[in-house]
Amino acid sequence: MMRRPTSATLPTVLAAGFAFLYLPIVIMAAFSFNESRLVTVWGGFSTKWYGELFGNVRMLESAGLSFAVATVSATLAAGIGTLAGYVLGRLGRFPGRALFALLLLAPMVLPEVILGLAMLMAFATLDSLIGWPAERGFLAIAFAHACYGTAFVAVIVEARLRGIDPALEEAARDLGAKPWRAFARVTLPLLAPAVAAGWLLAFTLSLDDLVVASFVSGPGATTLPMLVYSSVRLGLSPQINALATVMVVCIACVAWAASRIGTTRAKL
Amino acid sequence: MNRAIFIAPVFAWLLAAIAMPFALILAISFGEATQGAPPFDWGFSLASYRLLLSDDLYLGALANAARIAGTSTLICLLVGYPMALAIVRARPQHRALLLFLVMLPFWTSFLIRVYAWMGLLRPTGLVNAALAEFGLVDAPLQLIANEFAVHLGIVYAYLPFMVLPLYATLEKLDARLLEAAYDLGAEPRRAFWRVTFPLSLPGVAAGALLVFIPASGEFVIPDLLGGPDSPMIGRVLWFEFFQNRDWPMACALATALAALLAVPLLLFDRLRSATT
Repeated sequence: MMRRPTSATLPTVLAAGFAFLYLPIVIMAAFSFNESRLVTVWGGFSTKWYGELFGNVRMLESAGLSFAVATVSATLAAGIGTLAGYVLGRLGRFPGRALFALLLLAPMVLPEVILGLAMLMAFATLDSLIGWPAERGFLAIAFAHACYGTAFVAVIVEARLRGIDPALEEAARDLGAKPWRAFARVTLPLLAPAVAAGWLLAFTLSLDDLVVASFVSGPGATTLPMLVYSSVRLGLSPQINALATVMVVCIACVAWAASRIGTTRAKL
Repeated sequence: MNRAIFIAPVFAWLLAAIAMPFALILAISFGEATQGAPPFDWGFSLASYRLLLSDDLYLGALANAARIAGTSTLICLLVGYPMALAIVRARPQHRALLLFLVMLPFWTSFLIRVYAWMGLLRPTGLVNAALAEFGLVDAPLQLIANEFAVHLGIVYAYLPFMVLPLYATLEKLDARLLEAAYDLGAEPRRAFWRVTFPLSLPGVAAGALLVFIPASGEFVIPDLLGGPDSPMIGRVLWFEFFQNRDWPMACALATALAALLAVPLLLFDRLRSATT
């Protein structure tokens, strides 16, 4: 039997840490129900800011664009990231493996300003060479986000592969399945929870991104974080509190679902 | 071998979508700014780097970024370590929930979490209101638009990145080692410093890196919570690009930042390959 040091210090620090992490969000959400326009003085309960929020056409348009970008970029990232994770986790050594891993993980570790700038330089150069993409909008942002999301999907998939017996795929190959078929019919279904979790992570990262989208997008495309940022710079507004509350609740549900996918399947 | 059908397409994508853009940053950093579209000419000019090295703004911004990210990382470690240890030592049935609670803010919008602090820290914000209510201050404290707010914002935003790798390392730690230390008469404090902490150093290094690197290039936090007194490199790069439209200079700053960040990354890689 392990003797544990019985001390109240650690749980107290943990509770204080959680208070630090959550109180600002809770207070911000509380003030979204504030009757007063002042974001820091309580003027009675009201849901009028939510009414204004859902009547704000620019906000809804930006939200629509952000969701579309997130869906496309997460799907692209899930596809490439799964293959990349498989290459790293299963295919052993090959010439250029170190470079492969470096390029794959670079977007995850480098600051976003560098990544955003790099993506824009690529689009601008392409534009001056072949005239595309002249209007950097939906596709450009989705593509840039996919580069970012791929790294996260690959890491999750590679971690999951470590828990899957390679003998299963080898058995399929021994029974005559082509490598591609063995991957698609044996490994991929086993990887499904990791791919789903990776897709969700890539989706939320895209939905949340301000920096890369600001660099990449042309004047015509404004994602939700870009709109939030420009209105936050002008000052606090209860409508932003309301939007933030909606987003936090949605994301908490998605994150909870993602963690359920991860744990229920891991028990099998 | 048929591995090539998996490797080739992904490698091609990585070269086109990652290597090429980064190579362009390097190439354009040697270009010259013009009034055209795109606003630069290709070439081999060291003008941007000369300016970078001669102007205090740029070197100062790099130094500020390293210093502020460094102290914030240290604070994250001091706060995050006990949190990770507390989760490891919690009852097994509570651990998943506690971990989820650490991870949830990471999923939540970054911008919104920074925005939440703007409301709290303003002169008319809730923190000042509370301080005044209890008679602790006569006039509102300046809590925002300074380095204090930037540190607070970074610690707040990146704390989960510190706790998670620490937890992963501490959880794998062989409990028998600690038990042996106790059996040999070590006090809990001594057992911690002689057994637990040294064995958790890989987690400390990973967490420190995960906080330091994004924090050093951070734009949103210094922009929304910081003031004009100590600009950080991420914000300077942003303004160089969006306000001055000097693409070669922005690319030179990005190159300099990436080169500086390569040092801790390579050290970490050495450390990791040495321990495994």
